[in-house]
Amino acid sequence: MNKVPLSAFTRRDLLKLAATGTTLSALAGCASMSAPKTIGRVVVIGGGFGGATAAKYIRLWSEGQIEVTLVEPNQQFVSCPMSNLVVGGSKTMKDITMTYAGLDKHGVKMVYDMATAVDADKREVRLAGGRVLPYDRLVLSPGVEFMYENIAGMDAAAQAAVPHAWRAGPQTVQLRQQLEAMPDGGTVVISIPLAPYRCPPGPYERACQVAWYLKAKKPKSKVLLLDANPDMVSKKGLFTKVFNEDYKGLIEYRNGVVVNEVNARARTFKTEFGDTIKGDVLNFIPPMRAGNIARQAGVMNSNNRWCQVDWRSMESTAVKNVHVLGDATQSAALMPKSGHMANQHGKSAAAAVVELMNGRPALPLMMANTCYSYIDDVAAVHVASVHRWVPEKSTMETVAGSGGLSPADRKVWELEGDYAWGWAEAIWADMLA
Amino acid sequence: MKLAHYVAITGALLTLCASHVLAQGQPMTPEMRAAAYLASNCANCHGTAGRNVGSLPSLAGIPAAGFTQAMRDFREGKRKATIMHQLAKGYTDEQITAMANYFAMQKPK
Repeated sequence: MNKVPLSAFTRRDLLKLAATGTTLSALAGCASMSAPKTIGRVVVIGGGFGGATAAKYIRLWSEGQIEVTLVEPNQQFVSCPMSNLVVGGSKTMKDITMTYAGLDKHGVKMVYDMATAVDADKREVRLAGGRVLPYDRLVLSPGVEFMYENIAGMDAAAQAAVPHAWRAGPQTVQLRQQLEAMPDGGTVVISIPLAPYRCPPGPYERACQVAWYLKAKKPKSKVLLLDANPDMVSKKGLFTKVFNEDYKGLIEYRNGVVVNEVNARARTFKTEFGDTIKGDVLNFIPPMRAGNIARQAGVMNSNNRWCQVDWRSMESTAVKNVHVLGDATQSAALMPKSGHMANQHGKSAAAAVVELMNGRPALPLMMANTCYSYIDDVAAVHVASVHRWVPEKSTMETVAGSGGLSPADRKVWELEGDYAWGWAEAIWADMLA
Repeated sequence: MKLAHYVAITGALLTLCASHVLAQGQPMTPEMRAAAYLASNCANCHGTAGRNVGSLPSLAGIPAAGFTQAMRDFREGKRKATIMHQLAKGYTDEQITAMANYFAMQKPK
C-alpha cells in the first residue's frame, strides 16, 4: 500500500490549505476515518470459551476491519473449568469470575441481552430486549441445554432443589452449601449422564473434589458416583488409581447406572432397573444438547441434539453464514466437549470468517486440546490431543502418535497442579483480555 | 491554489487516514496469516501472540532456532516435559518452523 509519511506535508502546504478554508473539513474527514475501513458485521451469540475467543480473534485477525458484536446475557463470565474446586472448597467464586471489560480494547461491542431468534434469510438476530442486530456472518456459541424432559420428577421445583452445578454460577455455590450443611456420615450421590456431555472428565474430578472435602471435614461420609456409561468416559486409569488410593472407602463407583427419576423431597434417585438410591445431597448431571438458540436457528441437525459443522470453517452444514462452536457441535472423533476445545473452535471460526469476508477460501486450522482435572487441592492429571483436518475423510482426526495422559506418578501430578492453574490464567486471558 | 494541487493534498490526507491501521504493522501476507492461525494453538497456555499473563512461559520474541530446537527435543524425548512431549508430536517440521518464525516476530511483553 502507498503510505504517505506525515513529513511529506510541509508547513507551507498546511498554510496554503488553511488559506483555502478546507483544512478543518479535510481534517474532520480524517478524524471520522481514523477507524479502519469496515468490510462487514459479525454477531457472536454466547460469551463462553468459544464465543468470547471468536469475538476477540475476529477483531485481531481482521485488523479491525470486521465489526463484532458479542451478545451475552450475563455481565460476568464464570468459568466452568476450575468450578469443581469451588465445590470442593479450595477456591472461591471470586477466583473463577471475571468481566468482559478486557474485550473493549479490541473493539468488541458487548450487548448484555439474550438472543431469542435468528432469521437466517434476513441475517438478523432478535434479542429479548427488543433490539434487532443485522449480520453478514453469525457465530453461534450457545453452550449446552439440560434435557430434563425424559427425567421423571424433575419439575421446576425439583430442578431448583437438586443442582446440576454443570453451568458455573449460582448452582456451583448451591452445591457447595449443600455439602457444608450435610452432617458427617451423609452420602453424596452424583449421577453422570450417557456421553456425549460437556467436560468428559468433569464428573470424576467432581467426585474427587467432594471426597477431598469430606476426607478432611466429614470423614464418615461418602460419595456414590452413578455412571450411566458402561465405563469411565475419561482418564479411567488415573481416576481409578485416585479413587482406590486417595479416597478408598470414600468414593464408591458404579458403572452402567442410568438414573431416570428423581424425587427431590425424598432425596432419591430411581434407576432404569427400578432401584431406589437415597442420598443426603443429590447432584444430578442431566443429559445435554446444544443450547436452545441452536434449535431455533435451524442448526441442530444431528440427532436433534447437536450441530454439524464443516470443520474447515465451523460453518453449519444446515444454514449458510452461521458458524457454530464449542459444546454445541457434533464432535469429531476423540474431540472432547471442553473449554479448551471451544477456544480452538473460536479461533477456527475467526480465521474462517476473516478469510471468507475477504473473498478467500477458509483454511482448516490445527486444534489442540488440554484437559486438567484436579484430584485434590494441589495435584492435577491431564489428557491432551492434537487434531488435524483430513481432506480425504472431510473431518478432523487426532494426529497419530500425538497426545496422551499424565503418568501414574504423584510427584508429576503436583507439578501439573501448578500448570493447571497456569493453564486457567492463560486461557481466561486468551479469551477475555 | 490550483484545484489539482488541492485534490492531490486532500487525497494524500485521505490515504494517510486509510493507512492509519498500518501504524501497528504491515498488512499480513497469506503466509503470515497462516502462521498466526497455526500459532494460536499455543495461545491457550502461552498467551495471545505468545505474550502470557499466567505462570507458564511466554513465547513472544523467542529466537526461531531456539523454539524449533525445543519442539524437536520435546518430540524426541530429549527435553523433559509433563505435556509438551505429547503436544509437540502433533505438528510437522514445516508447521514448527512457521510457528517459530511467527513467535520470533512477536514483541515480548
